[in-house]
Amino acid sequence: MPKEIIKIENLKRSFTMGTETVHALRGISFDIKEGEFVTIMGSSGSGKSTMLNILGCLDQPSSGNYEIDGVSIKDLSRNELATIRNEKIGFIFQSYNLLARTSAIENVELPLLYNSKVSTEERRERAIKALEKVGLGERLHHTPSQLSGGQQQRVAIARSLVNNPVMILADEATGNLDTRTSYEIMSLFQELNKQGITITFVTHEPDIATFSSRTIVLKDGNIIEDYQNTNVQSAANELAKLPKQDD
Amino acid sequence: MRLLNLFKIAFKAIVLNKTRTLLTMLGIIIGVASVIAMLAIGEGSKESIRTSISNMGSNMITIKAGSDTRGGVRQEASVMESLTLSDFEAIREKSTLLSYSSPMVDGRGQVINGSNNWPSSIYGVNPDYLKIKVVDLQSGSMFTDAEVKSASKVALIGQTVVDNVFPDGQNPVGQMIRFNNIPFKVIGVLEEKGENTFGQDQDDVVIAPYTTVQKRILAIDHLNQIVASAMSEEDAPNAVLEVSEILRTQHKLSNADEDDFHVRSMEELISTFSSTSEMLTLLLVAVASISLLIGGIGIMNIMYVSVKERTKEIGLRMAVGGKGADILMQFLIEAILISITGGLLGVILGLGSTVFIEKFLNWPTSVSLYSIVISFAVCAVTGIFFGWYPARKASALDPITALRYE
Repeated sequence: MPKEIIKIENLKRSFTMGTETVHALRGISFDIKEGEFVTIMGSSGSGKSTMLNILGCLDQPSSGNYEIDGVSIKDLSRNELATIRNEKIGFIFQSYNLLARTSAIENVELPLLYNSKVSTEERRERAIKALEKVGLGERLHHTPSQLSGGQQQRVAIARSLVNNPVMILADEATGNLDTRTSYEIMSLFQELNKQGITITFVTHEPDIATFSSRTIVLKDGNIIEDYQNTNVQSAANELAKLPKQDD
Repeated sequence: MRLLNLFKIAFKAIVLNKTRTLLTMLGIIIGVASVIAMLAIGEGSKESIRTSISNMGSNMITIKAGSDTRGGVRQEASVMESLTLSDFEAIREKSTLLSYSSPMVDGRGQVINGSNNWPSSIYGVNPDYLKIKVVDLQSGSMFTDAEVKSASKVALIGQTVVDNVFPDGQNPVGQMIRFNNIPFKVIGVLEEKGENTFGQDQDDVVIAPYTTVQKRILAIDHLNQIVASAMSEEDAPNAVLEVSEILRTQHKLSNADEDDFHVRSMEELISTFSSTSEMLTLLLVAVASISLLIGGIGIMNIMYVSVKERTKEIGLRMAVGGKGADILMQFLIEAILISITGGLLGVILGLGSTVFIEKFLNWPTSVSLYSIVISFAVCAVTGIFFGWYPARKASALDPITALRYE
């Protein structure tokens, strides 16, 4: 029986906008087990972003329970949440969010800079390993402006791996990429998932969901579908099917 | 460890924005440099006043007859005849803090040599006078105690007198001159001293034994002044007290009586003049401090823009585990680094411009260590003070909002 990484019970989140109260999440419950590749889908306004913020410990639920790797984040302070993010979660963003004019390796080292348990040598070593894992072992000292979009997202993936998180949390990670590059990135995710890394992917693109093992669909703050994907597509195969490029 | 990392992050941010950092620093650089230069000019002029006063006789103490009341009428000090030779002798015998002392009588008159004549002052003194006034001789020699005793008609003259009564360049030593029709033999020429701080020509003088001046020129037997020099500059204030005590005993003054004499040291004169120049320095420094303040506001402005510009970066740093305190420290360190580097450059520029002022404008300057320490400390504090607000703002950002910021 695989370990439960995420445990969510009757989770609610509401915001007060002026005099109105907006219920973004209206009582959601689900678990994510170690080694799963989950996509969370939903159109805009479905509560997807709110879900992502809470999963990423950037926000706290109004009520209900959220546990990550056995730690309940309820009542944690800002600083304690920062430590959880630092040690347990790897973030990947749609717009990569790399530091400009900063080399790939320094970008990857960033999360470890905020972890005083990691020494300078270990930090460098782990950053190099993470970059090798995403196939950028040759581009350690390139700055974001010297890298293509796909390569930049790989740097971001390496950054999310460097702190050995219990879960990678990707927010529309292929949203800024063309089809070919996004298949490449998805195939990288699938590979990482095969190595046992738990991935939660928030997206609104249905074809991305076909590469994951499980899909949760949100609508108006409720889960309307939560199913195991019996027919997981291989992103590598899809990539091969694309028409060859001239250059 | 953690602090070192934050230090690296801040340093990197500065290096990545070289031009902007330099422009930000400029305010601090100019501020610190001008504080140092202004203080150097102030100190320099203070010191030059001190040296020029010291040149008039470094530890000199002057004793003059004081005003007194005769029959209810206050008298002018100069008409008093209360200072006598026995006062001088009492001072010479009893004082412990004086190295030299001399009686002094003075008068004005016409110096005549053949067809040339020149109005000048004559000072009647003893041989110690040159040591008290710190004057050397160009040529010839000082009169002796024996010549004082015998009231010899010998004199030493200053350069201005030489120029006017010996215009054709002959050596005055050995020549005869007349002062108010009394013939004097010139036995020496005083070294040139130029004008003193008050614009008085120190070379326009005739020096003769006080006995001679008393008897032959002024026909008096009291003294106008007694001049003396303290063992050292530090001894001067105590020497003044000591001399006052001796004179009070000498003049048989009771405790209730006011002094009927004045004792002054050069030190008092120096402090009067120093305080004037100190006021000026203070004014200059106040102006310079304003530019330092403006430099500080410049730092705040840039840090504020920098925080706005890097909102997304701050969001990312928070998302990957940066705590509020980490972000605060990062920006604070950045501000402090900018102000300290600016301060260092300012010190260098300040020292450089001081040298320039001294060399090319010929203004006396004197750089004091405390001006460097103070201006440097002020700019470090400026960095903390003006860096705090933007850094605090950055650390209080909500990570979600910051990440979405465009």
